[in-house]
Amino acid sequence: MKTYNNKAWWLVLPVFVLVAFSAIIPMMTVVNYSVQDIFDPSTRYFVGTEWYREILADPRLHDSLVRQFIYSFCVLAIEVPLGIVVALSMPRRGLGVPFSLILLSLPLLVPWNVVGTIWQIIGREDIGLYGWILNSLGLDYNYASNPRDAWITVLVMDVWHWTSLVALLCYSGLRSIPDVYYQAARIDRASHWAVFRFIQLPKLKNVLLIAVMLRFMDSFMIYTEPFVLTGGGPGTATTFLSQTLTQMALGQFDLGRAAAFSLIYFLIILLVTWVFYTAMTHNDDKG
Amino acid sequence: MRLRKSLVMLVYLLFVLVPIYWLVNMSFKSNREILGGLSLWPTAPTLDNYRVIFTEPTWYMSYLNSLSYVSMNMLISLLVALPAAYAFSRYRFLGDRHMFFWLLTNRMAPPAVFLLPFFQLYSAVGLFDTPIAVALAHCLFNVPLAVWILEGFMSSVPKEIDETAYIDGYTFPKFFIRIFLPMIRPGIGVTAFFCFMFSWVELLLARTLTSVDAKPIVAQMTRTVSASGIDWGVLAAAGVVALLPGIAVIYFVRNHVAKGFALGRV
Repeated sequence: MKTYNNKAWWLVLPVFVLVAFSAIIPMMTVVNYSVQDIFDPSTRYFVGTEWYREILADPRLHDSLVRQFIYSFCVLAIEVPLGIVVALSMPRRGLGVPFSLILLSLPLLVPWNVVGTIWQIIGREDIGLYGWILNSLGLDYNYASNPRDAWITVLVMDVWHWTSLVALLCYSGLRSIPDVYYQAARIDRASHWAVFRFIQLPKLKNVLLIAVMLRFMDSFMIYTEPFVLTGGGPGTATTFLSQTLTQMALGQFDLGRAAAFSLIYFLIILLVTWVFYTAMTHNDDKG
Repeated sequence: MRLRKSLVMLVYLLFVLVPIYWLVNMSFKSNREILGGLSLWPTAPTLDNYRVIFTEPTWYMSYLNSLSYVSMNMLISLLVALPAAYAFSRYRFLGDRHMFFWLLTNRMAPPAVFLLPFFQLYSAVGLFDTPIAVALAHCLFNVPLAVWILEGFMSSVPKEIDETAYIDGYTFPKFFIRIFLPMIRPGIGVTAFFCFMFSWVELLLARTLTSVDAKPIVAQMTRTVSASGIDWGVLAAAGVVALLPGIAVIYFVRNHVAKGFALGRV
């Protein structure tokens, strides 16, 4: 049991001050911008909720929001099952274990912009292996001009980048299952499917929760990889929320709209994080 | 069954490795060979691309810039996170759960949301285009990350150790530095690595808060387009060099990768 002691706040204070400095003060600025119309530092008008009304009716927000949800959904739908399959295929013992662990971790440690660069190169029809293969198979593949190809390339890139994370999480979940469970299943002559459904999957519940949360959150704020790969194009086919916001804030210096956009974006994140956090602590409390 | 499993694993590892191999392959080719047609390995291997990176100031300075803000950030994150993680793992206090949740929201918050205020904040205090600005900005997600990971490691140390030490007459700072920190040394290493990694790979904030003097490698790499087109060979070589920190320590963290990414919750 933890003891109740409010002096512990002294230990947390540095973190609180630092994170407040880099989170609360900027957030206040955003709130400030979102309710004012600013021409220059001395001329500003209070406009109330006007920016919110405008941004909520703005097709830029709608389009990128829809695109973002479809994208995050596709990411989860592919990466979670694939990650489980890979985790189940991990070798149990021997040299294969560290070997597979190291190779699996590799894409996770690649800098995000290099991930973009890698796929930018390999998808090109003239100098990239995949682009060249697809084109010589007679498919007219070009991620720079065809929205569908761009979309698929961004998705495959994300699968390449992050499926390992789901796999590694599931692997550590699987390792914590005691051998007696499997022995009991063998005595009962359980099928592979039954072993998976009634022994492995329930044990994976906790790690899958974390995996889904991380993948949802990180795909929801994806910026660097599509920015390097397609620059959000062709057109706006792969422009996701973060990029729309960045364009609005720094490209057009559209302060009021960008600030209102930021807050709506942040509230969505806050809501989803809270749902996952509640589920996580609920599991912790149950043991 | 066993064979099918190995086959799945093999195919997946191939899927992982081929793109990385392609990058390494290209980094050893001259631009003429890259554009002259596809070859599975460099026919005339050259180190010219790497020479460009290690001799041209814009390239190697951008690596040094990245390294400087990344190490600053790592140091700051660890220093403030260590005591806080101890507090979360040992005590209950007013608002502890809310605080812990609030930290998580900062890890989850999209950097794009903070872009505009950061840009203005750091310009206003005259830190724009310095490594310090980026180091502080990256604290936004790295401090919460460090607290969460360290809390996971600290909670696995039995509380009896603290109590015994206090009975033996240790004061808190002495106990914390002499006894407790050495016990969670692997945890500190893993945390340091993940702070390093997440700061190293971040592009949006690093690029926005710098322009010339402190330009990081991630931003430099997005600007290899010149009048004669993209310098593919140098770009590939820069990518390979940016990969090195991760590869250098991958062997040591192999069992902790999942834990680090999952904020110590696995």
